[in-house]
Amino acid sequence: MPHVRRSVWLTVSLVPFVAFALLFMIAPAGILLVDSVRDTRGGWTLANFYELTNPLVIEAYLMSVRISVTTALIGAVLGLLVAYAITIAGLPSWVRSMLLTFSGVASNYAGVPLAFAFIATLGRTGIVTVLLKSLGFNLYSTGFSLYSFVGLVIVYVYFQFPLMILLITPALDGLKREWREASMMLGATPYHYWRHIALPILMPSILAATVLLFGNAFGAFATAYALTGGTLTMVTNMIAQSISGDVLHNEGVAYAMATGMIGIMALTIIGYTVLQRRSERWLR
Amino acid sequence: MPRRFFAWLWSFLGFAYFFIPIYATLEFSLKAQKGVYSLLAYERVFADSRFGTSFIFSAQMAVLTIVLCIVLLLPTLTITHLFFKRFRVVLELLALVPFVVPSIILVFGFIRFYSRPPLSLTNTTLGTYGLLLAGYMVLAMPYMYRAIDAGLRAIDTRTLVEAAQSLGASWVTTMLRVIFPNIRVAILNGTFITFAIVMGELTLAQFLVGGTVAFAPYLALLGRARAYEPAALTVISLLLTWITIGTMQWLGRGQRINISGAR
Repeated sequence: MPHVRRSVWLTVSLVPFVAFALLFMIAPAGILLVDSVRDTRGGWTLANFYELTNPLVIEAYLMSVRISVTTALIGAVLGLLVAYAITIAGLPSWVRSMLLTFSGVASNYAGVPLAFAFIATLGRTGIVTVLLKSLGFNLYSTGFSLYSFVGLVIVYVYFQFPLMILLITPALDGLKREWREASMMLGATPYHYWRHIALPILMPSILAATVLLFGNAFGAFATAYALTGGTLTMVTNMIAQSISGDVLHNEGVAYAMATGMIGIMALTIIGYTVLQRRSERWLR
Repeated sequence: MPRRFFAWLWSFLGFAYFFIPIYATLEFSLKAQKGVYSLLAYERVFADSRFGTSFIFSAQMAVLTIVLCIVLLLPTLTITHLFFKRFRVVLELLALVPFVVPSIILVFGFIRFYSRPPLSLTNTTLGTYGLLLAGYMVLAMPYMYRAIDAGLRAIDTRTLVEAAQSLGASWVTTMLRVIFPNIRVAILNGTFITFAIVMGELTLAQFLVGGTVAFAPYLALLGRARAYEPAALTVISLLLTWITIGTMQWLGRGQRINISGAR
């Protein structure tokens, strides 16, 4: 009997947490998923998803994907190069610890302050813009604008490549010196070593990190909101607009867009997990 | 030595990307007066009462978030650790929620779920603040979860609990006076990042309470009307981020990689 009572008591002790998770994590997302397949009178329907073919919605998804893919690729390459510099290339350890600390800060430094930092840097009267002007180069006459696609990419990369550094440094640390030495003994050139040994081992980690970077940008809202006032046609912005007032004249579409977004984020995290598992085969 | 050269070049590029915007913001914030450097923008920021109220509001929210997260997670995780190892899978999955459900979707769901019966929390100020707090707890969950989990793994939880209980301690006493003091340092990681996240969080605050109640929406609003004051505020919030996250990094019990939060 005491065993029964104890297990009951233990189960009860999990109730507050489970209740919190159901009320504030599962229910708010769940109700959007359910509403996306219901019509205004409460019947089941897939009409909301047909509405996603609305040109404006497609434009929003394309823009979000373009920004996420671009910043994920730039962030991945830049992050990989810096991570290479502080691991394999063997820079002094103070450079490594400083860069890792900065990466920890910068990968978290997003949102409104980040947007304003870049306005002060590359905005119309920003310090770098003014400096370039005094050197005879008018940045804004080239068609550049911080409040556009290109500008948003530059700002997002600020938190993307530090995240890449944090994600990929352990993988680069995991490349064993013996593998390189063994391949050299067998007559491999550095090119052969990278092409046939290092890159194949690293590839799952690199892909996993890049996928995560994609999701990291796809779900971002605050930075773009502070920078462009939500005027760029992106999925996050359209959902934000439908919270404040109905722009699409159809609440159901907003639920379908939210569902699409949750779906893409879920695929991202699944892709990341699968690739990460593969990378653990060699890098332990 | 071309390899060394490129290594230095890449790290220099990395440093430059970090520092140019920070330096520019600092310089920009000092240029409110034409022709000379001055602290005018900072004086104006501090003269605006909304700065103080929104800053204090967000700081209070951050502290409440941290305390409530610990109250909710510490018993749950200790019990999971000791008796329900399989429940960990559920916790790991829930820790992914803030990534899979970005804050803009979360707040959309909050408003959809809690603005009509049976649970109309958004009708009252208290209800809205409670909802905001719950939202912050959701955002902080993964960090607090991982910090507490790491803390519990690092100590011999089972022996400590058994020792406390054989000496007659109740569960509450065990939590408060045995487990918590032993993992306090490990939790610090999670508390610092949670503080930084709540202070900088725009999305939930903007759509739930709006206006100038919380710090980030106030900053966003100021940015639309003014030029130099937002830069001054950015410098202040940057200092705050550096102090909190920098401290955490130097305490550095393993790199925390964060994939959600105030983006």
